[in-house]
Amino acid sequence: MKISFKLNGKPVEVDIEPSLLLSELLRDKLDLTGTHVGCDTSQCGACVIHLDDESVKSCTILAVSVDGRSVTTVEGLASGEGVDGLHPMQRAFHENHGLQCGFCTPGMLMSAIDFAKRHPKPTEQEVRQWLEGNICRCTGYQNIVRSVLAGAAAMHAAS
Amino acid sequence: MRSFAYDRPATMDRAVALLSGGQAMPLAGGMTLLPTMKLRLSAPEALVDLSSVPELKGISSDGKTLTIGAMTRHIDVARAPEVTKAIPGLARLAGRIGDPQVRNRGTLGGSLANNDPAADYPAAALGLGATLITSKREIAADDFFRGMFETALEPGELLTAVRFPIPRAAGYAKFPHPASRFALVGVFVARFADGVRVAVTGAGPGVFRCPPLEARLAEDFVPEAVAGYAADPKTLNSDIHAEAAFRAHLIGVMARRAVAAALQPTAA
Ligand SMILES: Cc1cc2nc3c(=O)[nH]c(=O)nc-3n(C[C@H](O)[C@H](O)[C@H](O)COP(=O)(O)OP(=O)(O)OC[C@H]3O[C@@H](n4cnc5c(N)ncnc54)[C@H](O)[C@@H]3O)c2cc1C
Ligand code: FES
Ligand code: FES
Repeated sequence: MKISFKLNGKPVEVDIEPSLLLSELLRDKLDLTGTHVGCDTSQCGACVIHLDDESVKSCTILAVSVDGRSVTTVEGLASGEGVDGLHPMQRAFHENHGLQCGFCTPGMLMSAIDFAKRHPKPTEQEVRQWLEGNICRCTGYQNIVRSVLAGAAAMHAAS
Repeated sequence: MRSFAYDRPATMDRAVALLSGGQAMPLAGGMTLLPTMKLRLSAPEALVDLSSVPELKGISSDGKTLTIGAMTRHIDVARAPEVTKAIPGLARLAGRIGDPQVRNRGTLGGSLANNDPAADYPAAALGLGATLITSKREIAADDFFRGMFETALEPGELLTAVRFPIPRAAGYAKFPHPASRFALVGVFVARFADGVRVAVTGAGPGVFRCPPLEARLAEDFVPEAVAGYAADPKTLNSDIHAEAAFRAHLIGVMARRAVAAALQPTAA
């Protein structure tokens, strides 16, 4: 099946099987391996991307169903090279040590950005509740929560 | 996943026609269907993606009833002013299903058609005495749920919308499974001019009403009215998450909290 959609701002056209998952399309066909697959059972949140600006789990969406829509992955966040080019949320994770192994980080970032857009003045409690769908095996979450709060503040200061 | 044919109709008529043979399955948010297909618990020959059928989405209220389209997502029910105004307990229930990414995809119709014995929406539909509107007929919630993952829907029958009577007060409380947020036990209470309805999810093989609690609360709709109520554990689930005796106890606790929430609809 031929579909076309916007991926990180650029138009893409692919010919795929209906049974292909969006996570598989991104990683295996389009070589965007920033989107991770942790559980493949919609539990861990490592595969979270944005579909029309909302965070969703790409392991639980058929690639054909994004036809005509807009997809953003972690690769689409930075606006330039180096630390200076990072998205404010990425930079907040960098500055607040919001990752260890980094496996959960792409999903955390995509989820956190969706959160920050909807919560201009978030509380720690709101961050923790929102991150219910993102599992991290390393950090114990403290620095992730700190990063999300800092990133949200930076995003709203910038806008 | 086994291969299958895929269609995304743009109208209700076309969706119903594609499903009419009974071979194709509707795809809503996919949050349940796709995982079961990955596990090969389900291997449909064809999927009919309902996401582009405009008639299946949306929320409207006429003051007496609140009508919600089957493809309305959990996040939209949680946020809609029509819902928070008419039945705040229903908006809060939707806002606590799973996690944000599940709520961004999962739909009212998918949840009800799936009838997971630990799902939240079946408790609201049964507790409010909703009417389920399908491509063929209207079904009262009391007749719709048929035990674990079973409903009155026939093959090829599409759930199109749900009509919820607006109660005087309604509340929901659940003891969430700490990982999935599904209900270990969830209780929905609704008070109408002519009585009280109580629906319990998560505790048994399917959602069920609880006449003894309905009678007590009809007399006095206060949390204390539930005090000392002991459900019979014999018909309840025992599994690695909780024993039947614990679930029986939780029914009373969740019912009390649900009544308290119904009386204080603006509290979190
Ligand atoms: C991590 C996780 C956590 C979750 N936590 C909770 C929770 O706390 N509480 C809870 O209640 N649920 C929970 N769920 C389930 C979630 O709410 C699902 O969205 C829901 O069960 C199915 O809805 P869906 O729109 O995704 O339907 P789908 O998965 O697309 O479909 C489910 C079934 O319904 C059928 N169907 C769909 N729409 C229709 C229709 N209009 N007419 C007829 N048949 C139809 C499909 O063919 C399929 O058989 C969770 C799911 C996940 C993955
Ligand atoms: S890989 Fe998608 S939720 Fe874990
Ligand atoms: S940093 Fe290793 S899983 Fe989160």
